[in-house]
Amino acid sequence: MNLLKIISDIEKVDAEVYEKLSSRRAMFRHLSGSGMKWAAVPVIMGSTLNKAKAQSSAVTDVLNYALTLEYLEDDFYKSGLAAAGLIPEDRKVIFQQISKHESAHVVFLKSVLMQMSSTPVSKPAFDFTAGGMFADVFTNYQTFLALSQAFEDTGVRAYKGRAAELLDNATVLTAALQIHSVEARHASMVRRLRAEKGWITGNNNSGLPVAIYAGEDNVMQGGASITDLGYSAAAATEAFDEPLTPDDVLAIAGSFLTS
Amino acid sequence: MNKTQIKSHESISDFEKKIMSPMRRGRFLKYLGVSTAMSAMAIAGCDDDDASSMNRTEVDLGSGDIGILNYAYLLEQLEAAFYEMAVSMPYSGMSSAETSILTDIRDHELAHRDFFRVALGSSAIATVEFDFSSVDFASRASVLGTAKAFEDLGVSAYNGAGSLLTNAEYLLLAGKIVSVEARHASAIRDLLNPFSADYAGDDVITAATGLDLAKNPSEVLSSAMAFVKNKINFNNLPS
Repeated sequence: MNLLKIISDIEKVDAEVYEKLSSRRAMFRHLSGSGMKWAAVPVIMGSTLNKAKAQSSAVTDVLNYALTLEYLEDDFYKSGLAAAGLIPEDRKVIFQQISKHESAHVVFLKSVLMQMSSTPVSKPAFDFTAGGMFADVFTNYQTFLALSQAFEDTGVRAYKGRAAELLDNATVLTAALQIHSVEARHASMVRRLRAEKGWITGNNNSGLPVAIYAGEDNVMQGGASITDLGYSAAAATEAFDEPLTPDDVLAIAGSFLTS
Repeated sequence: MNKTQIKSHESISDFEKKIMSPMRRGRFLKYLGVSTAMSAMAIAGCDDDDASSMNRTEVDLGSGDIGILNYAYLLEQLEAAFYEMAVSMPYSGMSSAETSILTDIRDHELAHRDFFRVALGSSAIATVEFDFSSVDFASRASVLGTAKAFEDLGVSAYNGAGSLLTNAEYLLLAGKIVSVEARHASAIRDLLNPFSADYAGDDVITAATGLDLAKNPSEVLSSAMAFVKNKINFNNLPS
């Protein structure tokens, strides 16, 4: 994947962003070159920024949301891999692969945001013990695995929940989908390391906070009942992953943010 | 999992509630030009037994969102037909874990296939005929290798098709399915090369960006066509 190509694609697809950028630069040139009174600046800035926000805030909001989740995952796996004796030697390659992807997602999302002239959100401080609830997260492999599953499955649901907001930007939408499926590959592997199925049956929370799997027991898809088509509730729910809203995700991920 | 948990956690997102409200449900089917009675007829009248009457007819996927949904329906038909064969004639030495995984996947693909058939109603393409003569169903390597190829292809197809949809509800539905295909791909890949990095290997995920494959319909169909007997017309799909 060529990042420059993505950026040039964004340029093609979202010409608005670039128009907006150049008009903003023009505005600054205009201001510095003219004798305009500084008092007028905040008013102009305000209206320009509001206009810019209205045009691209949906996309950059989603990108920053995704970036925050990737920061969390990236930090989590780096800490896990750095913790001596936590991950068995013969399982390290699995987590090195996940860690590599989460780091790449952070870099990628930041790059896209910067190309869209938006400042990426800063990395928050994380507390993976969630205030002591998972005190042994980096000393007990089973706890580490459980949280890994929680983050991967939540990540899948979080991306899914906001994909529709990217419908007007084909390039960013496709990239988000390309991250989404990677998180799902991770989730399946980690679940199977915990002797769970790679897919989610009903709202089975497998010992994790129930909010993470709330709604996964849905069997209605696009108005059709999958169970009415002759499938068990298990198969019907496993076959379709369900989204989470930002509020749902914040309620889950919020426990791991230090206030 | 227990019943108490299922009952006490029925909360779903507002977006989902909207989709599932009776009005939305009716609208979904109406949008596609079908009544529920008609979609029920479509299921009854499209048994595999009828395939001979549709044999070798050109299948036109159509245009717009419907075309993309039919494209997904075609791929789900392919996967479902493959796993039905893989499960009904297990390769020698198939472990119980492998049987369980392949049976689960078969059921998921069948559910996807039937979902699209019902959702598309009268706009649905016919049941397509497949040729799996290149697969040796007695061979573990052949079956799992084909499964891996189909799952990776499915993931790349949905990833590439998302931006070709205009309707947010269809995009969400595609999103609900693609992550399950990715879960399958991961499990199959791990069966082939256990506890390695292959479950999310560098052959499908670009290391520098961490992005999975995304392919456009013509790329995907050129791979899938080797298994499809019917001529597929995808000229009118959005691009």
